[in-house]
Amino acid sequence: MIGDIMTSLWAILPVIVLALWACVLLLVDLWLPKDQQGSQQGESNSPITPLLAALGMLTSAAIVIARIGQPTMGFGGMMMADGFSHFICLLLLASGLVTIGLSHDYMKRLGIARGEYYVLLMFSLSGMMLMSMSADLIMVFLSLELLSIPLYVMAGIATPRPSSEEAALKYFLLGAFASGFLVYGIGLVFGATGSTSLQQIVAVVQSGNYNLALILGGAALIITGLGFKVAIVPFHMWTPDAYQGAPSAVTAFMSVGAKTAGFAALLRVFVLAFPAFSADITPVLWGLAALTMVLGNFAAIAQRNIKRLLAYSSIAHAGYIMMALVPYGQDGLSADSVASALFYLVAYAFTNFAAWAVVIALEQAGEKGLELQDYAGLGRKHPALAAVMAVAMLSFTGVPPTLGFVGKFYLFRTVLEGGHVGLALIGVLTSLVSAFYYLRVIVVMYMQEGEPEARREPWLQAMAYGSAIGVVALSIFSAPLLFLASQAVLKLF
Amino acid sequence: MLQDYLPIVILVLIATGMAGLVVLLGHLFGPRRPSARKAQPYESGMRPIGPGTRRMPIRFYLIAVLFILFDIEIVFLLPWAVVFKKLGLFGVAEMLVFILILLVGYVYAWKKGALEWE
Repeated sequence: MIGDIMTSLWAILPVIVLALWACVLLLVDLWLPKDQQGSQQGESNSPITPLLAALGMLTSAAIVIARIGQPTMGFGGMMMADGFSHFICLLLLASGLVTIGLSHDYMKRLGIARGEYYVLLMFSLSGMMLMSMSADLIMVFLSLELLSIPLYVMAGIATPRPSSEEAALKYFLLGAFASGFLVYGIGLVFGATGSTSLQQIVAVVQSGNYNLALILGGAALIITGLGFKVAIVPFHMWTPDAYQGAPSAVTAFMSVGAKTAGFAALLRVFVLAFPAFSADITPVLWGLAALTMVLGNFAAIAQRNIKRLLAYSSIAHAGYIMMALVPYGQDGLSADSVASALFYLVAYAFTNFAAWAVVIALEQAGEKGLELQDYAGLGRKHPALAAVMAVAMLSFTGVPPTLGFVGKFYLFRTVLEGGHVGLALIGVLTSLVSAFYYLRVIVVMYMQEGEPEARREPWLQAMAYGSAIGVVALSIFSAPLLFLASQAVLKLF
Repeated sequence: MLQDYLPIVILVLIATGMAGLVVLLGHLFGPRRPSARKAQPYESGMRPIGPGTRRMPIRFYLIAVLFILFDIEIVFLLPWAVVFKKLGLFGVAEMLVFILILLVGYVYAWKKGALEWE
């Protein structure tokens, strides 16, 4: 029995390290010397906390890297540390590290530098990593809560700023609502098959001894619950308000981390447990993907606030990733489906962080400097930042040589191989629509006159340039990344 | 399979029907003499004192959160104590981890001054 527990704990060691580290950091932060000058009440300006948090994430990443190629299973098949989860975990940990880089000076500047922020970030990250490993619906739910609850607090960390509190409350209420859908869906699947373990569900489905209506209802509710988290239409209502109100660094993390984890769970659950029902589920996914791409891109056109624009763009990109899921049940295509979704998640993460880094550099106190007009003249005054933004916008649009182009290429290829020509067409057309508002940002930056003020903070700049260089460099050398993504196969047993 | 639930459906129908009928009859035949006293919100028969939305010290919020924290701890500790011998060393270790995690929260709350009233 002790041996069992040891192998189980061993399987989720990266998460345990991260969560324990967060617990210790919470206490360490209490006793760290506080920088009294200019610090408000309850604020800790100590630069040691973010450094320690980054160290914890690096340790966790080192453990994950050391285990690539050795799939392990734990807790009686509830947790699965396979190539898929390794890939997602590394992406998430990298996102966490970038978020620390984006946050450090930004939080200080806004007067909301709190040590708890980094602790919450680590807790949320452990939830996301657990989610990518969950091979049991109950674990999917638990890790969803673990990732969500710290995120609600992080969205409201700029309290007493009303917009931040509003964002936190909206995100919390709708998130709790979505969790209800997910639990109900899990309940229906359990009712239909008698188990919440994906492995057992597959066995029951093969034996044919299940209730089809219940399992389809359960699958639909699981899509709804996770759809809230990844912000697909029609479950996207909270996204613009939450993304706009939350501090920009939190929004950057939220949009990448929650989306990655949500899609990880969707991919694992649907590709492993429900391939037999693809005839019924694929049309639903098709419709959701098409709706998300159309509505996200068209709604973004009307946005003048850069944070809202990026929020709608993140909805639209959830639609593109959703496209990869559509042919998930076809023979020989599920691996392509997973690989192209993973690749696009990486592309989205890099591009998104580049764009948000520029937003953070230009944001002024009191939520100023966030309108599109505030970007006028950036090309002349801060050419490097403008270049980063331009690269991000081109990558979002899907113009070579950027990662967004390569990602979209693999997505469309997967969709076309699945025979969904109509959906691919919608994807291409909405990409053309998106070019309008993405290129407008570039036009404003380079062709209009203005005097934008940007911060020169070393970590922020490093993250901005790093992400932008990553977007271009990885697109040119995309083969190794795609190879890694295609190696990240889901293991069932 | 669904036929087994027929009696429950009938029961639900009768129950809602009866309740609706009683309310309807009262509504149709009952006398109505509204007065200022009757229009007041019901407060256990007492005369209402002050507005219902009085301001409370926000510190009660922290106390309530801490109460839940330790309430849950007890909820888990009691059944654990009952089967303590059966669980053996494994149970001790598990409970130790659980309490340590709660302890982290407790120390944090303490150091942050959540337990100070002033």
